[in-house]
Amino acid sequence: MSNTQEILEVNNVFKVFGSAPDKAMEMLRNGASKEQVLSETGQNVGVFDASFSVKRGEIFVIMGLSGSGKSTLVRLLNRLIEPSSGSIKLKGQTITNLADKDLLNVRRNDMSMVFQSFALMPHMSVIDNAAFGLEISGVDKKTRHERAIEALEQVGLGSYAYSRPDQLSGGMQQRVGLARALANDPTILLMDEAFSALDPLIRYEMQGELIRLQKEQERTIVFISHDLDEAIRIGDRIAIMEGGRIVQIGTPEEIMNNPADDYVASFFKGVDTTKTIKVKDIAQTSALTVAVNQHQTIDFSNNPNEFVYLLDSNNKFVGVAPSTVNGDLSLESLMANRITPQFSVNGSTSLKESISIVSESPYPVPVLDDKGGYQGTLSKEYVLSLLANN
Amino acid sequence: MIDVSFLDPFQQLTIPVGEWVEAMLNYLVQNFRDVFRAARWPIDQILDLVEGVLSAIPPLIGIILSVLFGWQVAGARMGVFCAITLTLLGLIGVWEQSMVTLSLVITSLFFCVVIGVPLGILSARYDRMEKTIRPVLDAMQTLPAFVYLVPVVMLFGIGNVPGVLVTIIFALPPLVRLTNLGIRQIPADKIEAARAFGCTPQQMLVKVQLPLATPTIMAGVNQTLMLSLSMVVIASMISVEGLGQMVLRGIGRLDMGLATVGGLGLVLLAIFLDRLTQAMGERSNASGAVRWFQVGPIGFVVSLFGANAAKQQVVKPQPKKATQE
Repeated sequence: MSNTQEILEVNNVFKVFGSAPDKAMEMLRNGASKEQVLSETGQNVGVFDASFSVKRGEIFVIMGLSGSGKSTLVRLLNRLIEPSSGSIKLKGQTITNLADKDLLNVRRNDMSMVFQSFALMPHMSVIDNAAFGLEISGVDKKTRHERAIEALEQVGLGSYAYSRPDQLSGGMQQRVGLARALANDPTILLMDEAFSALDPLIRYEMQGELIRLQKEQERTIVFISHDLDEAIRIGDRIAIMEGGRIVQIGTPEEIMNNPADDYVASFFKGVDTTKTIKVKDIAQTSALTVAVNQHQTIDFSNNPNEFVYLLDSNNKFVGVAPSTVNGDLSLESLMANRITPQFSVNGSTSLKESISIVSESPYPVPVLDDKGGYQGTLSKEYVLSLLANN
Repeated sequence: MIDVSFLDPFQQLTIPVGEWVEAMLNYLVQNFRDVFRAARWPIDQILDLVEGVLSAIPPLIGIILSVLFGWQVAGARMGVFCAITLTLLGLIGVWEQSMVTLSLVITSLFFCVVIGVPLGILSARYDRMEKTIRPVLDAMQTLPAFVYLVPVVMLFGIGNVPGVLVTIIFALPPLVRLTNLGIRQIPADKIEAARAFGCTPQQMLVKVQLPLATPTIMAGVNQTLMLSLSMVVIASMISVEGLGQMVLRGIGRLDMGLATVGGLGLVLLAIFLDRLTQAMGERSNASGAVRWFQVGPIGFVVSLFGANAAKQQVVKPQPKKATQE
């Protein structure tokens, strides 16, 4: 069980808020909807039949608007809120059955949480805040301060160890919150709208920080967000919640290309898809290419293309030349007339990032892979038509 | 006749509360007097101890000690303030009585804290406890002191110890209320964070709730002190000594001079205690990174002597200053 990729498994989890959850659960099992339950029993369904699994080393984003139950769902994972039914397994251990003492151990060792409001202890210095989880676990002062300093250095706050939280800016406070969670070296990191309270610039910076940390440490993170841009930027997979229900789970591209319903689609309406589309996926392959090692004269007489893309024997891009050079269409002539400067874009960059290059280039920009291999071209007209249909 | 009793049923229908209380009190006095006498013992011990210490300290030493204490907890200004109020107390000739009153107040504060803070913690944790305790606290605060003065005398006799007892009854409620309030108003996210990191209820109380509630609890301590001071005048009716006694005697003899001096002493003592406890509350509220051994007379001594010894303790906060500037 524990050597599978799935580190966290959530199966059919419900949460009913109210004084008589049993009756509501009974109704839900018999197929009643959330609205029926509310009108007949007055019980509010917070999370409705949530099932998903999180793989080791991925950032799993749970996204939804406020009131969609996403914050409730993440609290069910470490049982800050008790689930009404369903099972949650972490590394094969069923969290939902644990006795209080074992649950405390899971919270201390396996799951750390980062909060939207930072929730730092104002009466403790930064280092003591970072060491809070370890202190609770009974780690001695020397060890926990060493580990706290380590965690603070990871988030770039090593020199602020003896400041007070209220002397720090919001972004720095959340770094402390992150350090506090990292100091425990948890199996899984729960981040509840961790960056939502920060201003956009700092939020962007913190997202970058998280991506960097993730590259270094390969942690498993469940990230709650209401911000689709954020979800797309940091998420390996996204679960979209609406009214307590998970409506779709998938990679950002999957969800964007095949939204499960109108609600999900409407989510992506406002999204700048140019940020997510990779140019290699949209590159045109209709441009004329020639292999430069063949000594031959090529007839371009019926050729509508203005430019010819020159490739070597490994399909590597070596240059682009106009196809109308004085009627001399030999390879030598093409090679001699290569246009400088050369423009090109990497296939894994987003459309948005490529637009400026496309607009500067006098010819359709070749799209290359990491090794310089030719993947296609992007012309101005094509990009404009894509943007127009977006 | 029937109409009258129908419209005004309370002519015949009455609950004889007064008689019941009297009967019960008589019963208690006759059968349990020794029990109540025994209950005096702990109060007696603490009061003796505090009074012994306070009256043994010569005024000048007392002033110097209080100046050092004030300086330590709230800066040099507080030290000067302590010196002025206490010197005035000495100058108007009520030093001895002030010390008696102070020891009564300190003793009752001690018992209020011992009883009140745990009660406050419990009522913050259990809503039912809070609901039960609330009317009792209301009664303790609103019931005129004269009402329970008599039963207390019957059960406990007269003197300083019953005086402390009635003071506790009167001064306890704000401490319970404010401890309760202080814990309840801790932001939910802090509590949630503590839970998320695996706090046991015990750890929650000691590491999160009490530290965060300290400013409010200190406000409760301050209120308890002020109420204790106002109570010692009334308690002087059951022959409690000190400044209250002076005021009572002055009124009884129409000696306005004596009453005023006693009253003035009480006011000076009140100002002294109020400022001091408020400053302590603010200090617990302040979140500066300065440690207690870096300020006041102790900080002064530490910086004078043992530069080496002090360095080891002070060295930690220093890198922070360097990076902040």
